[in-house]
Amino acid sequence: MDKQSRARQYWKKNLQYVAILLIIWFLVSYGFGILLKDTLDKIPLGGFKLGFWFAQQGAIYVFVVLIFIYVRLMNKLDSKYGFDK
Amino acid sequence: MDVQTWTYVIVGITFALYIGIAIWSRAGSTKEFYVAGGGVPPLANGLATAADWMSAASFLGMAGLISFSGYDGSVYLMGWTGGYVLLALLLAPYLRKFGKFTVPDFIGDRYYSNVARTVAIICALLVSFTYVAGQMRGVGLVFSRFLEVPINTGVIIGMIIVLFYAVLGGMKGITYTQVAQYCVLIFAFMVPAIFISIQMTGNPIPQLGMGGDVVGENISLLDKLDGLSTDLGFDQYTNGSKPMIDIFFITAALMVGTAGLPHVIVRFFTVPRVKDARKSAGYALLFIAILYTTAPAIAVFARTNLIETVSNKAYEEMPDWFSKWETTGLIKFDDKNGDGIIQYVADNNTNELTVDADIMVLANPEIAKLPNWVIALVAAGGLAAALSTAAGLLLVISTSISHDLIKKQIKPNISEKGELIAARLSAVAAVCVAGYFGINPPDFVAATVALAFGLAAASFFPAIIMGIFYKKMNKEGAIAGMLVGIVAMLFYMLKFKFDMFGGGSKEDWWFGISPEGFGTVAMLLNFIVSILISRFTPDPPDEVQEIVETIRIPSGVEEAHLH
Repeated sequence: MDKQSRARQYWKKNLQYVAILLIIWFLVSYGFGILLKDTLDKIPLGGFKLGFWFAQQGAIYVFVVLIFIYVRLMNKLDSKYGFDK
Repeated sequence: MDVQTWTYVIVGITFALYIGIAIWSRAGSTKEFYVAGGGVPPLANGLATAADWMSAASFLGMAGLISFSGYDGSVYLMGWTGGYVLLALLLAPYLRKFGKFTVPDFIGDRYYSNVARTVAIICALLVSFTYVAGQMRGVGLVFSRFLEVPINTGVIIGMIIVLFYAVLGGMKGITYTQVAQYCVLIFAFMVPAIFISIQMTGNPIPQLGMGGDVVGENISLLDKLDGLSTDLGFDQYTNGSKPMIDIFFITAALMVGTAGLPHVIVRFFTVPRVKDARKSAGYALLFIAILYTTAPAIAVFARTNLIETVSNKAYEEMPDWFSKWETTGLIKFDDKNGDGIIQYVADNNTNELTVDADIMVLANPEIAKLPNWVIALVAAGGLAAALSTAAGLLLVISTSISHDLIKKQIKPNISEKGELIAARLSAVAAVCVAGYFGINPPDFVAATVALAFGLAAASFFPAIIMGIFYKKMNKEGAIAGMLVGIVAMLFYMLKFKFDMFGGGSKEDWWFGISPEGFGTVAMLLNFIVSILISRFTPDPPDEVQEIVETIRIPSGVEEAHLH
């Protein structure tokens, strides 16, 4: 495979990863923490209401995890396409 | 020892540490001055980014703000953390690969235009100056409250310290002092939080204590606070009062604004490789999240404590801290019905107590009766937060002037040595201007911080994103988009915050979106205008499209270019 088509495939895969991770990003904050908050608040999580928990705690934890997942996925992708040097 | 002696000791030790680091990490070249030589390990960069980002407002102001706004405060929690996901996935790796020194560098080169570069410089300066004034003010406040010196003396002491390590060390000095400052500020934030969490809920982890049961009572803390709030006529703590659309738009504006702030972005130019840029964004958010998930817990503890201490209690029996803060004017008691008892309620006509949200973090250890050294520690933490952010901003300002303006536009043949001198002189000038605003704060500081985020969201974010992800974006589109975004943002802010262009009140907001949330709308306008204009104007030259191809691939990264 020449460098150009490797680069194209690499970029396509990267965009896929980004799209999936950003959907989760949107879901936990704007979805669970804002748009669906009132519905989720009916579910208790310990002493929290679930929607409130996502808005003030849960979304932030997920954000951190999302970045580290992306780091891992991309490190693998870099070495698969030989772009890690 | 009393609080004041403790404060002198702890603040003195931390200041000595910062100065020691500054002397050890002097900058010898422009590359060291601008991007710390491009050799900062990702972990250190994560720590430095966290300190850079968390300002006096995050450390001193945010928990108090949430404490008085309950669920509505979530906009800050999600907004000021979610932006890092955007940074890590959409910006940081590519800007690192691009490998220059500043955001205007990227905008100017990618859009092959000095007009675009100049627009970016103006935005960077506007955003950074707005921000830095607030930081210097924070330094002054902490000094005046804990060391009992006048606010202005406090500002000047802060200026001298920042001047010392920012001018001497540039980015290199700032980076390593920020690492130390993160450690000081997070320790100072967590210690009282853990103490109070144990006191109130028996759980040493504040994030869990917040959702736990009240010690000795059979009710969860949040339920109890909801009950106390509604009894006094306030909104339920876990529900808040802002309309959903406004919460949505403010959160988005803060997230995108965060990802577009030049002093945050520039930190990702300092790591050696593209993969380090991704990783250090992860570390940065991890370290930020420790404070940002603790703040809402502190907010709940402080609010509950406050209501229980003051509500329907005799004024005569108030503890020491109450009168101490009364003298600063940040707590006010007005005995409207003359019964000597504090009525703290939502109704403005009968409410007798006003508490400034800014004092909650500072007063919290005293309200919870923690030992004196903890109170002193909080003072040192507040100073660390304010100084680290101020230094990062000052560096952006001085780089914009010496590099983007002088080297790139006015005098391209300036020598390396001359540019370094110019960078140091601009840093001195920037510190003086920041100090002036700290001593004579414009009374619109609070409004302008929202403006800073709005502007960053409306200008930088779309221009950078399209520069990376949309190869055909050309200079005409990008410049038009940035200008439309900035103008729309300024117009809305001036109309609804400063009563210009006919003014207007809350009811007149477009779609119920507040000026704080309008950055999202301005950003969307920027995207739309840029794409439309670029369709009707020539494609960018081939060599620019090739640049875009190369920044998408992480390999073959050069160290940050030497100019």
